[in-house]
Amino acid sequence: MVISRNFFFPGWTRGSFFDELGRMQQQMVRLSEALQPRVFSRPTAGVFPAVNLTEDKDNYYLRAELPGVKSDALEIQVTGRNLSVSGERVIDTEGDGVRYHRREREGGKFSRIIGLPTDIDAEKVSAKLENGILTIQVPKAETAKPKQISVK
Amino acid sequence: MTESKELQVKDKQAVATPAEQTRPGPVFTPVVDIFETENEIRLLADMPGVKPEDLNIDLRDDILTIIGDVQPWEAAGEADLLVEYEIGRFYRQFTLAETIDQDRIEAKLADGVLNLTLPKHAKATPRKITVATA
Repeated sequence: MVISRNFFFPGWTRGSFFDELGRMQQQMVRLSEALQPRVFSRPTAGVFPAVNLTEDKDNYYLRAELPGVKSDALEIQVTGRNLSVSGERVIDTEGDGVRYHRREREGGKFSRIIGLPTDIDAEKVSAKLENGILTIQVPKAETAKPKQISVK
Repeated sequence: MTESKELQVKDKQAVATPAEQTRPGPVFTPVVDIFETENEIRLLADMPGVKPEDLNIDLRDDILTIIGDVQPWEAAGEADLLVEYEIGRFYRQFTLAETIDQDRIEAKLADGVLNLTLPKHAKATPRKITVATA
């Protein structure tokens, strides 16, 4: 069998034939990925809520999308370098006599701990909840701030 | 809904809008609850980061379109350390079966949740019409 194939495709040994199959398979996978709608799959911790962490010279900013969460249902704690955000999202249940057409919004409890890369000033952490976006501003500790060193 | 349920992370669903975008950036489908009572249809949509002035609700030929523009809430000088979600506009369209009384549509936006009340048209109630004699 192999010999006869080698007869028709003289350049192919058994190994390279399977290499070629593998290459074709890879191309098929790449093609099907390109055809699928764009879905963001990012390396996440898989813990609700998804957060974005940014920094500038003096602060870290932690932001999470928490639509429909009231500020009194949120608990934020600082322990060392760790920031803990927990709370509950309550979805009001409507009374009897309503017919649901879609029910995609979910409620429930959540809890997440985020470790920050440097020491922080726990006393000055501030948080605000605006339009369903939670923003926690975490000032860096003095020792963690970049120091400008002038060259003489 | 059980009280002890733990919330799971769900990826925001990006959509391809029928109209071409004039602004770059991803567009997401907001998750919604839609329910109907005798007199109205209510729609709740999660649209975090949308300000009331950036929300656009349009009802035309039984097609309800919800567009929420989002101003990026990160300042320009900030560097990303961890990015778990994207920021983008919200867009979703529905076809409504019921006739809606357009004049009485109410929309509220609180804590990033849109609360839309679409009252159904009052049934054509029989009304006696008296002809005024000249």
